[in-house]
Amino acid sequence: MRIEARLRDSVKRFAAKTALVVGDHHLTYVELDAFSDRLAHSLISHGVQHGDRVLMLLENGTEAVVSFFGIWKAGAVACPLHPSTKADKLATIIDSTDARLLITQARHRKAASAAVEKAISKPLLVVAQGEDSGVQCFEDMIAGAPDAPLPLFPDCNDLALLIHTSGSTGLPKGVMLSHVNIDAACTAIARYLKNSADDVVPSVLPLSHGYGITQMVTMASVGGTLVLEKSFAFPRKAMERLAEVRATGFPLVPAMAAMINGMTDLPPGSFPHLRYVTSAAAAMPPAFIQRLQQRLPQTDLFIMYGQTECLRATYLPPDELERRPLSVGKAIPGTRAFVVDEDGLPVPPGVVGELVIEGPHVMRGYWGDGLATMRALQPTAQGQRLRTGDLFSMDEDGFLYFISRSDDIIKTRGEKVSPQEVERALYALPGIKEAAVGGIDDPIFGQTIRAYVVLCEGAMLSERDIIRHCAGVLEDFMVPKSVEFRDALPRTPTGKIRLSADETRSTEQGNVA
Amino acid sequence: MTEAIEDTVREFIAENFLFRADAEVSDEQSLLDTGVMDSTGVLELIAFLEQTYGITVADEEIVPENLDSISNMTSYLSTKLAAA
Repeated sequence: MRIEARLRDSVKRFAAKTALVVGDHHLTYVELDAFSDRLAHSLISHGVQHGDRVLMLLENGTEAVVSFFGIWKAGAVACPLHPSTKADKLATIIDSTDARLLITQARHRKAASAAVEKAISKPLLVVAQGEDSGVQCFEDMIAGAPDAPLPLFPDCNDLALLIHTSGSTGLPKGVMLSHVNIDAACTAIARYLKNSADDVVPSVLPLSHGYGITQMVTMASVGGTLVLEKSFAFPRKAMERLAEVRATGFPLVPAMAAMINGMTDLPPGSFPHLRYVTSAAAAMPPAFIQRLQQRLPQTDLFIMYGQTECLRATYLPPDELERRPLSVGKAIPGTRAFVVDEDGLPVPPGVVGELVIEGPHVMRGYWGDGLATMRALQPTAQGQRLRTGDLFSMDEDGFLYFISRSDDIIKTRGEKVSPQEVERALYALPGIKEAAVGGIDDPIFGQTIRAYVVLCEGAMLSERDIIRHCAGVLEDFMVPKSVEFRDALPRTPTGKIRLSADETRSTEQGNVA
Repeated sequence: MTEAIEDTVREFIAENFLFRADAEVSDEQSLLDTGVMDSTGVLELIAFLEQTYGITVADEEIVPENLDSISNMTSYLSTKLAAA
């Protein structure tokens, strides 16, 4: 089923029920349907055609949710980008996707305008919450459009999402997901979480990320209520909000669990309505699990594993948590996840190999990158097999255990960061002779990013100068937290700079308090 | 004392976070809403305040009312240091 058809179904069943809460603003199912219909009408009248890419540079909010459904109703492909994406990268993505339209908000207008200026494709720039004239206003597109519901496109195999993630080459890869892919993943998730119209799920996860998008789609599919929040920076406020909206589910990344665990004055029973919390996007240390269970004794904890390429791959039923605290569980319903050797053959329990995923949720490939697609997807008798690039093992009962990644991607705050992408940003700064980037273990964020730099002779760059430069070109979560100056960097026999595991570990631990 | 605190806080923000923002932020503007500070920034800020002023920022004090703008921080620190 197409995602906007799921929304239409919920509209029929739950018309006046609240679909979305942002701050004090509530949107019913009927309103969400009407607003997204109006946006779709406007998109079409502005030239958006079936299959066109529409970029979204939006923070969590009403505009983002209305945009997703409006874009789908117009038959187009939603391409949500992290709101801190800078102009240069944005311009690259505008051109690689040949975007027809870019929806942003006043706060990010400067980066968006600079990117459109720089790009060869010239997408129409649409700005929400803007006050100045001379630009297409998001609110006008909704106010000025007809109310009539649009007929829905029939083909569920149409592309729905293009999500850009860090690739090991340092260039962002656009993961292509069809309506079938998203619907398969979200139907499976809703099944094991037993989601229903009674659910109220607050989410601070960015809607540019698969984990955030699945919250929106599962809630819209079951008729639940999504409560969007911008950040978890003030954990106490966020937890108060949880109690206030009577949250029944709450998606976490391990960094958030660490912050909740640090809250010493959270009496047990603070959240009587909270049925479940989920953890994904990075491995949850067992110590976090134990403390979180003490903090939330009446709440089920679901440990999950996934990647953008299939949205969600595995989950651990909460009743297995005590017995297998290190496992990420088994394949989500209707899919397969297993460990294979170099020839693609399943390995026996206890043997480390690569995790592969099969099922209707596996992506269609990477946008415009046939080679990367060929490496990641292998045709099988039943369809496509996704190679995750993650090393796993399986126990006697078939439960899966994450061992490590097979590339050097850094996981920080639940986001994947390619060292090469950060290194490229470093090399663009005059005065840097050599650069390498590694992850430093951090008790809260999993890893933080550290740059190792050799300066050109006579260059006078400080740590602050280098971080400032990176913050100007990279998304916030990719910016190094610290810089270490070296006289030289270790090289492999082929001349490649390579930090050994000891190299990054022997330096001091992450300095985030 | 308040002025000295304000200067120290403003300098820390300028030095560590301000390059994220498109424009200057006023003393009253929310550092989160303007994108100057994110969740890791809040933790860095707390570490800085604890180190600089020899205080412990309690869990219940980690709220926007105390930390989300330069003026909020200044009044929070003034009260906190006066009580110490």
